[in-house]
Amino acid sequence: MKELFVILIGAMFIENFVLSKFLGICPFLGVSKKSSTALGMSGAVVFVNTLASAATWAVNEFLLKPNDLEYLQTIAFILVIAALVQFVEIVLKKLVPPLYKALGIYLPLITTNCAVLGSALLNVERNYTFLQAVFFGFSAGLGFTMALILFSAIRERLETCDIPETFKGMPITLIAASLVSIAFVGFAGLVIQ
Amino acid sequence: MSIIIPVAVVSGLGLFFGIGLAYASKVFAVKVDERIEKVREFLPGANCGACGFSGCDGLAEAIVNEGVSPGKCPVNSKEGINAIAELMGIDEGEVSQMVARVICQGTWTKADMKYEYQGVQDCHAANQLGGGMSQCYYGCIGLGSCQRACPFDAIELKNGLARIIPEKCKGCGMCVAECPKGIIRLVPVLTGFTVLCANQDKGGVARKNCKVACIGCMKCQKVCPAGAITVENNLARIDHEKCENCGKCAEVCPQSTIHDAMHERFPMD
Repeated sequence: MKELFVILIGAMFIENFVLSKFLGICPFLGVSKKSSTALGMSGAVVFVNTLASAATWAVNEFLLKPNDLEYLQTIAFILVIAALVQFVEIVLKKLVPPLYKALGIYLPLITTNCAVLGSALLNVERNYTFLQAVFFGFSAGLGFTMALILFSAIRERLETCDIPETFKGMPITLIAASLVSIAFVGFAGLVIQ
Repeated sequence: MSIIIPVAVVSGLGLFFGIGLAYASKVFAVKVDERIEKVREFLPGANCGACGFSGCDGLAEAIVNEGVSPGKCPVNSKEGINAIAELMGIDEGEVSQMVARVICQGTWTKADMKYEYQGVQDCHAANQLGGGMSQCYYGCIGLGSCQRACPFDAIELKNGLARIIPEKCKGCGMCVAECPKGIIRLVPVLTGFTVLCANQDKGGVARKNCKVACIGCMKCQKVCPAGAITVENNLARIDHEKCENCGKCAEVCPQSTIHDAMHERFPMD
C-alpha cells in the first residue's frame, strides 16, 4: 500500500509528466484553452495511460524479455499502444456509447502521445510489477490531469487580461507554462520514505 | 541470422494486431444510419456550432436519430433544408429565415457617458466596470465583441453602436450569445416595426440618459389598432404575430424609438 502511495505522489507531483518530465506538451498547450476540453483530454489520458501500462507490461514481460529483445521496446510499445487505442475505441463505441461520446475526439488524439509511451517505457526501466506499473500509468494520468486543469484555469484568466500586443497568444502561454513548471520544481526536493 | 527473430516478432505483433483489429471491427461493428451521411451533405459544412451541436456531423446525427428539425441549422439555404426534410420524409413546415437585430440606438451622441473607458477593448470587460461606460445600463457598449464573434462579417460598429448588416447576416446567433447585455435578438426576416430599445428604467431616468430611449409613455399602446403593443417594465414591446405594420406607433413615438427595422435599415443615421 505504501509503495503505491509513493508512486502516486511521485508521478503526480515530484515527476509530473508535463511539468517536470516535459512529456505530453502538445496536448498540454493544444487543448488547455478551455477547462471543458482540458477535462475531456485528461479523462482520455488517464484511461489510455492505465490500459497501455498494463498492455505494454505484458508484452514486455512475456514477449520481449524471454527473447532478449528489450531493445525493441520503443517500437513494439508504439505498435501496442496504437492498436490498443484503436481496439478500445471500437469496443467502447459498441458497448459503452456514453463513455465513447465523453472521450470523443481525444481518444484517437492521444494514440501516439509521448506521455503514454513515456509511462510504458518508465515502467520497464524501473522494473515495476504489474500492479505497480498499472498504478504508475494511472497516477501519471492523474498528474497530467492536474497540470492540464491548473493550466487551463490560468489560460482562461489570461483571456481577459491586458497583455502587450507582442505577447498575445502563444508567447504568453509559453511564459505562463514555464512559470507553472518552475513552481513544480519545488516538489523536486520532496523525499518520501 | 539473429536479425530474423526481432523482425519476426515485430511483424508478428503487427500482423496479430492487424487481424485482431479487423476482427474486432466486424464483431463490434456499430450500424451507422446511412441517412446521416446524406443529411450531412446538405448541411453547409462550416461547423460553426450555431445549431448547438458539436458541428455539422453532430447535427446530422441528431436530425436522423433524435428527430431534430432540419431547420435547426440557421445558416442553411432553403433548398438544403427542403432536401433534408424530403430525405427524412417530413414536412419542413414554415422554416423561416432568421436575422439578428441590435435592440438599441444609443450611439455616443444619443446616450451620455458615465466615464471614459480605457481598458481592454471588449464589451465583457467594460461590462464589469459598472455595466459599461454608457449612462444607460441596458444599451450597447459598442466595443465590438459581437463583431469579433460574427463568422460572416455582418456587424459594423459606428459611433459606439453595433449594427447588423442584414444582407450579410445568416442568423447564426453567435452575436446573440456573445453580447453581455443581451440586446441582440434573432427575429424573423419579415419583422417590421420594432422597439429599438431595451431600457427598463422609469421614463424620466431613461430620457435623461438617452435621447432615443423608450420612456414607457404608452402612446404607442393606445394608438395601435391591432392591440399588438404592450408596455411592461417601462418598455414597449410589439407582438409581431399581431402587428399589421401600419406604422402608427412610429408616428406617435416622442422618442423615435420605434422604427420599421425591415425597411429603414439604419434609422439613426
